Amino acid sequence: MIASVVIPLLKILVVLNAVLVGVTFMVLLERKVIAWTQARLGPMRVGPYGVLQPVADVVKLMIKEDITPAKADPWVFTLAPFVALVPALIVFAVIPFGPEVSILGRPVTLYITDLNVGLLYIVSVASIGVYGIILAGWASNSKFPLLAGLRASAQLISYEVAVTMTLVSMIVSAGTLSMVGIVEAQQAQGVWYAFVQPLAFFIFFVGGLAETNRAPFDMPEAEQELTGGFHTEYSGMRFALFFLAEYANMIVVSSVATTLFLGGWLRPFPNVAALAFLGIVPGWMWFLAKTFVFLYIFLWVRATLPRYRYDQLMRIGWKVLIPLAIANVVVSAVLKVWL
Amino acid sequence: MADVSQPMFDTDELVINMGPQHPSTHGVLRVVLRLDGERVVGSDVVIGYLHRGIEKLSENRDWTQIVLLTDRMDYVAAATNNLGYCETVEKLMSVEVPRRAHYIRTVLSELQRIASHCLWLGTHAMDIGAMTVFLYAFRERELILDLFEEYCGARLTYNSMRIGGMPMDLPPGWDRKVLAFCDVMAQKLVEYEELLTNNRIWLERTKGVGVISAEDAIAIGLSGPPLRGSGVNRDVRKDEPYAAYAEMEFDVPLGVAGDTYDRYVVRIEEFRQSIRIIRQAVQGMPEGPVMGKVPRLIKPPAGETYHPIESPKGELGFFIVADGKSLAPYRMRVRPPSFCNLQALPQLIKGHMVADVVALIGSIDVVLGEVDR
Repeated sequence: MIASVVIPLLKILVVLNAVLVGVTFMVLLERKVIAWTQARLGPMRVGPYGVLQPVADVVKLMIKEDITPAKADPWVFTLAPFVALVPALIVFAVIPFGPEVSILGRPVTLYITDLNVGLLYIVSVASIGVYGIILAGWASNSKFPLLAGLRASAQLISYEVAVTMTLVSMIVSAGTLSMVGIVEAQQAQGVWYAFVQPLAFFIFFVGGLAETNRAPFDMPEAEQELTGGFHTEYSGMRFALFFLAEYANMIVVSSVATTLFLGGWLRPFPNVAALAFLGIVPGWMWFLAKTFVFLYIFLWVRATLPRYRYDQLMRIGWKVLIPLAIANVVVSAVLKVWL
Repeated sequence: MADVSQPMFDTDELVINMGPQHPSTHGVLRVVLRLDGERVVGSDVVIGYLHRGIEKLSENRDWTQIVLLTDRMDYVAAATNNLGYCETVEKLMSVEVPRRAHYIRTVLSELQRIASHCLWLGTHAMDIGAMTVFLYAFRERELILDLFEEYCGARLTYNSMRIGGMPMDLPPGWDRKVLAFCDVMAQKLVEYEELLTNNRIWLERTKGVGVISAEDAIAIGLSGPPLRGSGVNRDVRKDEPYAAYAEMEFDVPLGVAGDTYDRYVVRIEEFRQSIRIIRQAVQGMPEGPVMGKVPRLIKPPAGETYHPIESPKGELGFFIVADGKSLAPYRMRVRPPSFCNLQALPQLIKGHMVADVVALIGSIDVVLGEVDR
């Protein structure tokens, strides 16, 4: 009873809360990091150094008036933010945060579940999220969101292909679809897959930027062109849900990248015995640290680079990333068979 | 068999209304775009949302009061507007302006050019998505505003010139601060260029976008950096020198292709030339009075004149008719560079994507206060 119901429920509670709190503080981190890049201070007023800014933001968004435009399709308009957010959250079910540990004398795994098709689950669930954006753009019944919705669908479909291709080459390397299995395979082979599959790592990262609609591929939002894009007509908490979804997706992409390419909870250089003292730091802390590095790079890129144009983005996706990803799958499969 | 000449589905142009409230139309410009997908097939530029009737107002104001009105045309480059108006009236009255006043005017208008180009660079880069450059450029613009504040007390609408000279001499130590600023600016320019000039994304977004040939540019009446970006060597400072420009050494940067990138490069190079002019003018600043001999009551003789200067946006000209009797101009007409340059917009954006529209509005650098007056 305890092992089958209470512990999983507790784990879900912890992960869900951690993700949501993480998301709100990601917003603060983003504002701070970009402010530091731009010789500014960022939020400073709420709490010391502005650390309570996320709380203020949430309160503000909660009490704001929630407007549904008269011409919008009310059902779809209401549904869209949830369609965007929920997939981003349930992906965390299969992310392994750490190995099995013992808490109060009871062995506890630091992941909610270990699906034997974990990677497939992530790909299929994560791609539902884009429906939220398309539906939002369509249901708003307004021209700018419609353009943004069209951009989003084209962008996500084309980058989904490249990213999934890189995942196929990871499966070839690891020989399993299970997220835990992939980390264990990296432990067994004694190397992070970022070094085995550098090209796949790169394509996954670029595709991840595009799939989460982050700069320099933030076409569906493109504040300067589409005045906010698909969420132009949204206000209050429903707008906040889109915001949450975007940041939750960033965390998803970062944790998947950490698991697949940076050895998940493994310490750096798991094959070098001389570095065994690094094992003092628990695995989940390594996981969080690596995820944080990814998230930081997301913000760094946003602060530095201009935005690609829509047609250039599609060209990169179809003419560069997808052929490279397919070639990568073929080469890794051939090497796997022959070596 | 189906008739293939008839399309299976209806296709329609999507008309979207960009502005007057839009983050990237640099004020209250309204562009009505007709789109095929994301491609622009046609556009109407609608102006007039900021019309205050400055030219008509001038007919009911003293000659000296009009300097204040000129501040409010191109409000990001008020000093060059002051200069254009004051020099036109001086030409009308044949007033001799002291050499020191000419030098101060040159320094102020070049500082103003840098400030205006900082604003252009920041917003142009922001439109293309590089938001850090915006804050960096504003950081340096702030230093210029401080210098202006120290000279005339105002930070945006300066009212910094008078008919016949300057209202006051330079504050002590101001020249050293200007030279120090020139050193800072020269370093920061390298920083901007690191972020943009060779950035692959920047090149892809600007090269070949909004090409305008030299002939077309002349036919439309472009002036300033958009004209020079197309390779036409026309700079009022060189061709019809005013203030102290005849005594300054500087180059006129020219583009080749006439695309957004060339206009960007021309303006970046103009930063350097402006710094060069400021250094020469401050170091060679002559001694003497700053105000010429002007009658207490300004009342130019009957006549008319046109006088152009090179404002940061292009050729800014004032055409003034005086009847010799009243205390106000009989008629004043401004040739605003922003207005004339904006005429090129429909031609530039045709066939490009929505994302390029904002890039091109930024690239021709308009200020709506000057377009509408």
